[in-house]
Amino acid sequence: MSVATGADPGIVPDAGGHFGLYGGRYVPETLMHPLLELEEQYFRAQRDPEFQRELNFYLEDFCGRPTPLYLAQRLTRRLRGARIYLKREDLLHTGAHKINNALGQVLLARRMNKSRIIAETGAGQHGVATATVAAMFGLECVIYMGAVDCQRQALNVDRMRMLGAEVAPVTAGQQTLKEAINEAMRDWVTHVRTTHYILGTVYGAHPYPLMVRNFQRIIGDEARRQILEKEGRLPDVLVACVGGGSNAMGLFFPFLEDASVRMVGVEAGGEGIQTGKHAARFQGGSLGVLQGARSYLLQDENGQVELTHSVSAGLDYAAVGPEHAWLRDRKRVDYTFASDQEALDAFLLLARLEGIIPALESAHAIAEAVKIAPSMDPQRIVLVNLSGRGDKDVDQAAKLLGKRNPDAASSLASLL
Amino acid sequence: MNRIERRFEQLRARGQKGMIIYIGAGDPDLETTRRLALAFDQAGVDVLELGVPFSDPLADGVVNQLAAQRGLSAGATPRKVLEAVQSIRARSEIPIVLYLYSNLIFRRGLHEFIQDAAAAGVDGFLVLDLPPEEAGDYGPWMRQAGLCPISLVAPTTPETRVARIVQDAGGFIYCVSREGVTGMQDRLAANLADQVARIRRHTALPIAVGFGISNPDQARAAAAEADAAVVGSAIVSHIARLGGRPDLVDQVAGQVRAFVHGVKGSTLEAGSPSLPPPHPLAPQNRAEP
Repeated sequence: MSVATGADPGIVPDAGGHFGLYGGRYVPETLMHPLLELEEQYFRAQRDPEFQRELNFYLEDFCGRPTPLYLAQRLTRRLRGARIYLKREDLLHTGAHKINNALGQVLLARRMNKSRIIAETGAGQHGVATATVAAMFGLECVIYMGAVDCQRQALNVDRMRMLGAEVAPVTAGQQTLKEAINEAMRDWVTHVRTTHYILGTVYGAHPYPLMVRNFQRIIGDEARRQILEKEGRLPDVLVACVGGGSNAMGLFFPFLEDASVRMVGVEAGGEGIQTGKHAARFQGGSLGVLQGARSYLLQDENGQVELTHSVSAGLDYAAVGPEHAWLRDRKRVDYTFASDQEALDAFLLLARLEGIIPALESAHAIAEAVKIAPSMDPQRIVLVNLSGRGDKDVDQAAKLLGKRNPDAASSLASLL
Repeated sequence: MNRIERRFEQLRARGQKGMIIYIGAGDPDLETTRRLALAFDQAGVDVLELGVPFSDPLADGVVNQLAAQRGLSAGATPRKVLEAVQSIRARSEIPIVLYLYSNLIFRRGLHEFIQDAAAAGVDGFLVLDLPPEEAGDYGPWMRQAGLCPISLVAPTTPETRVARIVQDAGGFIYCVSREGVTGMQDRLAANLADQVARIRRHTALPIAVGFGISNPDQARAAAAEADAAVVGSAIVSHIARLGGRPDLVDQVAGQVRAFVHGVKGSTLEAGSPSLPPPHPLAPQNRAEP
């Protein structure tokens, strides 16, 4: 599968940004021309060696790429199965993979002479990454964040403000990521001539899903090279958490044509699929249109978007990236989920065994590795995208873990 | 010819401008919506735009967002809104446009939703997030059902794109007068005449100007540049202020009469014989402070 240029027929996405049934551009007319312009500018930049040189320079010298691929030795020994490698996006500047995309888009915004940057954020990692690159280039920056997320990720709100960004809490609806995107789109539609909207995930109207995936594919490109260097072969399974799905697309994309590599995307199972309090779109969702794209969506029988729940703000979203929906239909990627409890257990497990506190989002991917590794042969390799670090989650996790068991998690006891 | 087309033809023949009023369906409840529709008809409104409440109205400003929330709380599902249209239709021929987001249509099924709406007596759709690129069978099926697919043209729409948009459109063209979401503004866009002219070069369809018209003077000025003016948030915020008051319908009808007067001016004062007689229950004082 080659990277789509938007002009070649027969590859995804098509020229209109459709991944089969999914994707597209379902936006108000005011945004159509700006989106077409963005697409054209993006493809021009993508082909421009000078843009790529500039991007690589900042990725290496400012963000700290390449990130290590680390063999989690104690976790592997404990699980007595497949060898577990962690792609250490948590070591990137600002603490998550989000800056790969924020940096690419801010460079694009500069080429488009946009003086103002806006973004939405859930867990705050994309907001921090965007505020960071905006500060580096001296651009005005406004970050929209659900008021509930502002509370549960208060540390990141402070970080964004210290970086000079205005953080605008959004009090509509359930006050999380979806409402933040609505508000960012309203801002963009109002200030579209001066403003670039740095959407943080592989969602929204074309070209965002394609563009964000391409800015994130460096995760998979590096991981593929690194595992070949270390092991002389490809991994057997890739695991990544899926909110909108940018870290997962970034890891998976360069492996899509490697038929031997199984891929697993992990959605937020929340308090359980049966309770309805989750964000597992592939479990309880159906085809729908939200915020510019057609994809799997948690909605009621009338088409109203349903409330979601996850312990991790970054996965707490009602829709999933259109390319994921397409890969699922083609059975190229398997999608599963981890509950809040499983994610918290994995959070603590990684901290205690490896000295790494993962983001609660990434802990969902760790939880899946914990489930599948023990039944696999020790020669097998599971590669997990550790998409972010958990500093932002320390307060919330301490409260949640303290509520359950002051010492350690329940199922953790059997593992330690 | 459906009711929208017929109404604009009548307006053209009379040399009059059109007044289009938007309200959120089910705000504060669907019975009030029904009564408002009938009162608007009596007040001389040419087209009623009914917003179908959606959980994520990203093209709308805060006034219409809150109205959608009130509509959702009042149980104004798409099906219930169509039932309300049906009951309005039993007593009135006012042209009705559904203003809605595409997910509400797709959830029911494009073809099914269009059929349901036509059966209920709807005359057109204005879908906020369905550009021609994604429209597919929408236009043909709408026309087949006798409904007008009303299209939006924005200030950011280049002229080549205007030509494409008007090709697929029916009923009238909705000229979005400024970049932004729905809501009231202090003044009209300065280049409104240019915007309308840009559309006029490509279509004979009537052109309605909307987004940001907050008082009768602005409505008059906007309509003067085009064929009709659309007023929404100014009415919706009045409805919100009045809440569940028993005189809500009379109060809002009074405000709407002032807008109609603004747009139609002296022709209405003179009492055109073909206009409907005043509603017997309507207050005679048509001026709204």
